[in-house]
Amino acid sequence: MSGLNKVVNSYDEALAGISNDMTLMVGGFGLCGIPEGLIQKVADTEVKGLTCISNNAGVDGFGLGKLLEKRQIKTMIGSYVGENKLFEQLFLSGEMEVILTPQGTLAEKIRAAGAGIPAFYTATGFGTEVAKGKETKEYNGKNYILEEAFPKADFALVKAWKADRYGNLIFKKTAANFNPMIATAGKITVVEVEEIVEPGELDPNYIHTPGIYVDRVIVGKFEKRIEQRTVKQ
Amino acid sequence: MSLTKEQIAQVIARELQDGYYVNLGIGIPTLVANYVPENMEIMLQSENGLLGMGEFPTEENIDADLINAGKQTVTVLDGGSFFSSAESFAMIRGGHVDLTVLGAFEIDQSGNIASYMIPGKLVKGMGGAMDLVAGADNIIVAMTHANKHGVSKILKECTLPLTGVNCVKKVVTDLAVMELIDGKFHLLERAPGVSVEEIQEKTQAELVISGEVSEIKI
Repeated sequence: MSGLNKVVNSYDEALAGISNDMTLMVGGFGLCGIPEGLIQKVADTEVKGLTCISNNAGVDGFGLGKLLEKRQIKTMIGSYVGENKLFEQLFLSGEMEVILTPQGTLAEKIRAAGAGIPAFYTATGFGTEVAKGKETKEYNGKNYILEEAFPKADFALVKAWKADRYGNLIFKKTAANFNPMIATAGKITVVEVEEIVEPGELDPNYIHTPGIYVDRVIVGKFEKRIEQRTVKQ
Repeated sequence: MSLTKEQIAQVIARELQDGYYVNLGIGIPTLVANYVPENMEIMLQSENGLLGMGEFPTEENIDADLINAGKQTVTVLDGGSFFSSAESFAMIRGGHVDLTVLGAFEIDQSGNIASYMIPGKLVKGMGGAMDLVAGADNIIVAMTHANKHGVSKILKECTLPLTGVNCVKKVVTDLAVMELIDGKFHLLERAPGVSVEEIQEKTQAELVISGEVSEIKI
């Protein structure tokens, strides 16, 4: 890794500098588009007290579920617990702090963090527990609450399909989800990709995330576990 | 006889219009996709970043990178598109989705909906539901009328944490189709063989019954 070359060759290098009590943003929707190897690497360390910002917390035993099992997460900020038993249990028992955040607000708080916007008004959550303690304002007869952007994450962990050494990224299908915003919102943005191609191979017209946001790129191996395997009858 | 889940979906499908962009929630709402009338073109939006959602894939076409908001493997239609979660919720919050169908634990006559947690017992999380109910003008709730003990889920005032306020317009349950107008549910139709009395009994909210209430035709 030097100059504009973002490529690193080991997970140690990819996560160099990670320590206790840091904030991580982690891409993915359910198990789709998660940086599997980077999460595994965090689980392999003894790092704890983490704040994780991610739509979901994986499933029992996979994805961020691995960090839950090792009790490495102190605070989880996400929108959906779903069928993750351990997550639900840690939440209900109070062992882990959970800040449930509406999915669109979560996406926008991350986007705003990367875009230098400190706060924004949204109608989402008005009149609900989400609005508690937040400033409200009426515009054109509709009520809004003020939501603050997240601070930049110490590490943003992203999964993309392809990258070049400059860190230009493209995502694949619905594996994009939260990854493009998270890529913009890290003090250190680390991207795990399926393939690194030569500069010029990615058409500049179709770059999803320009390399300016990206600090480190590593080629990973992905199991791509499927949560709900549904087929046509 | 009360309606099955499939029949609830079928009744909701009558609300679809040619050219609609539609977001279907997890559970019964998802089934609405099976009853899109022929010769009608609609596009399904899935909030994880997909417009133009197709049917489930064949075994050979399963792709772990192509799922819907219920995390089910799906396909994309020709003319479909993929985008980020921020873009997806810009569509939703920005009012570009014509119809939203979602489930609920409870609704009330102020148009409030509760659907994401039962304190101390069950935490699902709101996912995209809070954004969907805040952003859509046209919301239909699909739910059972009462719990398994016969206790009404159509209330004067919700008891569970709210997903959204003053947003429900129409509800299709296993017993009835009702519309919320000026703080009162109006009984529009009843499930075949279900009496107006039974619906009245299982509706805690104020219910307006005017004239003969016709049976739902399936």
